[in-house]
Amino acid sequence: MDVLEIARWQFGITTVYHFLMVPLTLGLGVLVAVMHTLWVRTGKPEWLRMTRFWGRIYLINFALGVATGLVQEFQFGLAWSEYSKFVGDVFGSLLAMEALLAFFLESTFLGLWIFGWNRLPKKLHLASLWAAVVGSWISAYFIIAANSWMQHPVGVVLTEDGRPRQVDFLAVLTNNTALAAYSHTIVAALMVAGSLLVGIGLWHLRKRKLAGQPTTDVDHVVWRRSVRLGGWVTLAAFLLVALTGDFQGKLMYEQQPLKMSSAEALCETEAPAPFSIFAFGKLGSNECDDVHSFTVPGLLSFLAHNDFSTAVPGVNELQEKYAAVYGATYPDDPSFGDKAGQPIDYTPVLAVTYWGFRLMVGMGAVSAAVAAYALWSTRGGRVPTWRIGVYGSLLAVGAPFVANAAGWIFTEMGRQPFVVVPNPDVPVGEQVYFFTAQAVSPGISAAEVLTSLITLGVVYGVLAVIELGLITRFVRKGVAQQPSPTPGTPPEGAPESDDVLSFAY
Amino acid sequence: MDLQTIWFAAVAVLWTGFLLLEGFDLGVAALLPVLGRTRSEKHLMLRTIGPLWDGNEVWLITAAGAIFAAFPGWYATWLPALYLPFVLVLLGLIVRAVAFEWRHSRSEERWDTAWTNVITGGSLVAGLGVGAALGATTLGLPIGADGERVGGAFSGLGWPALLGAVAVAGFALVHGALFLALKSDGPVRLRARAFALRWSPVAALPLLAWAGLVQLREGTAVTAVLWVVAALAVLLTWTRIRVDREGQAFAGWALVLVASAATLFGAAYPVVIPSTVDPAFDLTVGQASVSDYTLTVMTWVAGVGLPVVLAYQAWTYWVFRKRLSAEPVHA
Repeated sequence: MDVLEIARWQFGITTVYHFLMVPLTLGLGVLVAVMHTLWVRTGKPEWLRMTRFWGRIYLINFALGVATGLVQEFQFGLAWSEYSKFVGDVFGSLLAMEALLAFFLESTFLGLWIFGWNRLPKKLHLASLWAAVVGSWISAYFIIAANSWMQHPVGVVLTEDGRPRQVDFLAVLTNNTALAAYSHTIVAALMVAGSLLVGIGLWHLRKRKLAGQPTTDVDHVVWRRSVRLGGWVTLAAFLLVALTGDFQGKLMYEQQPLKMSSAEALCETEAPAPFSIFAFGKLGSNECDDVHSFTVPGLLSFLAHNDFSTAVPGVNELQEKYAAVYGATYPDDPSFGDKAGQPIDYTPVLAVTYWGFRLMVGMGAVSAAVAAYALWSTRGGRVPTWRIGVYGSLLAVGAPFVANAAGWIFTEMGRQPFVVVPNPDVPVGEQVYFFTAQAVSPGISAAEVLTSLITLGVVYGVLAVIELGLITRFVRKGVAQQPSPTPGTPPEGAPESDDVLSFAY
Repeated sequence: MDLQTIWFAAVAVLWTGFLLLEGFDLGVAALLPVLGRTRSEKHLMLRTIGPLWDGNEVWLITAAGAIFAAFPGWYATWLPALYLPFVLVLLGLIVRAVAFEWRHSRSEERWDTAWTNVITGGSLVAGLGVGAALGATTLGLPIGADGERVGGAFSGLGWPALLGAVAVAGFALVHGALFLALKSDGPVRLRARAFALRWSPVAALPLLAWAGLVQLREGTAVTAVLWVVAALAVLLTWTRIRVDREGQAFAGWALVLVASAATLFGAAYPVVIPSTVDPAFDLTVGQASVSDYTLTVMTWVAGVGLPVVLAYQAWTYWVFRKRLSAEPVHA
């Protein structure tokens, strides 16, 4: 394998891994902040217990999210230095702003929340959590704006040396691609958090019922509330995920038509275009015509253009069109490495885009179905004892994680062979674009990247096992283990107690 | 002053801020086996930095981000040239961050001890690694005509990297000890004070040597004065520890770093990476920077954002200002 290929695997693995923590942080943070707010407003003990139980899971997960986020920032420079130079005028400033405006906010105020339980006045303490949550949401926006600029570069002009120069920062910040991707990602994050509440809550409810424990005590209320809250959040978020996804999809048909046709394995341009339900044949060959699929007539036209008859361009036609505009072969230039002079395949890996898209939608639907089951089975104070349903819900906690990962893999792989995709709204000669083959650091060796890939992979793997173990152990124990301190400002001169700090450290 | 100079200064301030703030939490972590004799003493030491380390680490992220944002040429030359050392730093920071959060997740003593050791090890690796990278950056990396590293994976790690590593680690150890002297009570406070008294003159030497070398090569009269200030601040720190004025000693030691860093960055400007291959290949601020438009946008954002960040970070330190003391271990 050459440097390019190893570096791509490294980027893919570290990014997907990081993005397992991110949606949970984004989604669960808000839910914990809502629980904490309800406790401050009502003073009811169940809200405090919920805040502390779910807050703890939030923190265990947050630590790994922060730690793996560091790698994200540095690897643009480490393995993708040509990319860093090329996009420097736009991309770096978004990352720097994220750190300055969002990440400081998140980290600092989370520290205040963790350690402020009886140092800060109640409302200020609550405000710290909200500040941290807002910080993480702003942070997500900057990152998605940076990513969206790679998908759809705006606010720049092409300079004589072939690089983008930023001319309109506001355009970069309000890129329609970013707005669409951000809203989609945020609601998807809420599905992750909602499903977690549902799965764990149902499991505890059933266990308590089978053990004959009362349905009147605080713990019962805690689990029931968690299931109901999680269920409604997941269902509402699923509706929004579908709406924002549809909006994002229509935008993609304009901005990256090849990505969308590949998602459907639509080989020839068709009017009306059918939507593929299932595909078979040799998807792996990346020859579109080896693929056959079961389809729903006209649906794809509707998804792309809101009517049932408009033509949707197929992979084969687009491939030719791109080759005519951007070249059928990579320039014979050393900056393209092994790829110099080779033909360019503008079609992303079909198997990945096609199944990635379906996994995203399918797993999202699984979460929604589980949420509906949870709400139905707990209606009017009922507690489900159906083993398959409850264990299925627990297992389905993983579904939205898979959906999120698949969605990003689809988005990122679908952008190949470009790392910065040309913006079709700009006249051809003035477009800013960059091939992935050019982006990798020229000075590093394959051995170096392979070493880092293996080391990071092993460490990430070990940490994943420990994190899962910790969360499982913690979840099994339930809420009763949580000490309930009396928050508020302690009397002057009172000694610091370890019990309070043990909430987090 | 033009925007490029302002941003060079901003990068210098961010790195100095990182070393100043994360410096003490790295130092406290590295001193755990040295100054903490019992489990509860180690616990106390960790509690002094518990609410602060995460916010401190963001200074590193912002410092690296600012280089990417303002000087992508610098970012793109620097990181690949020290590829494996940087990966090691990242690994150190990763395991350290999760260890802080995870060590209290189970009550067994072995679990606690293991993660406490991970905090110490990760912090040492991160401190030494960042120091090595900064040392190599200010004293020279083997950069060729094309801006790429000449030689193999470790060709960037010569004596400048070693000097930088020792300088940053030495600074952090004393900084951590002084922070503990200021923030804790009981035996840890006394041991920390004794440690700082004994080691501060020694630990300052590599830092002063490093700044001095850059000064000798390319310094100005102003940076020469700054270097003298740094040297005098070592003396100030030492005398303040002797009379048990912990706050003043901590401030004195902070001045050692600030003056040394100002010497380093001030003397190096406008070169961001000197080449050990040929001075003609030196990377300068002008070659590495982004457009004036982007710098202007960032100047506005930073001008509004940074004071706010400083205000709430200062407030955090105020909230957690109380001195901590060890309590008997709860079973």
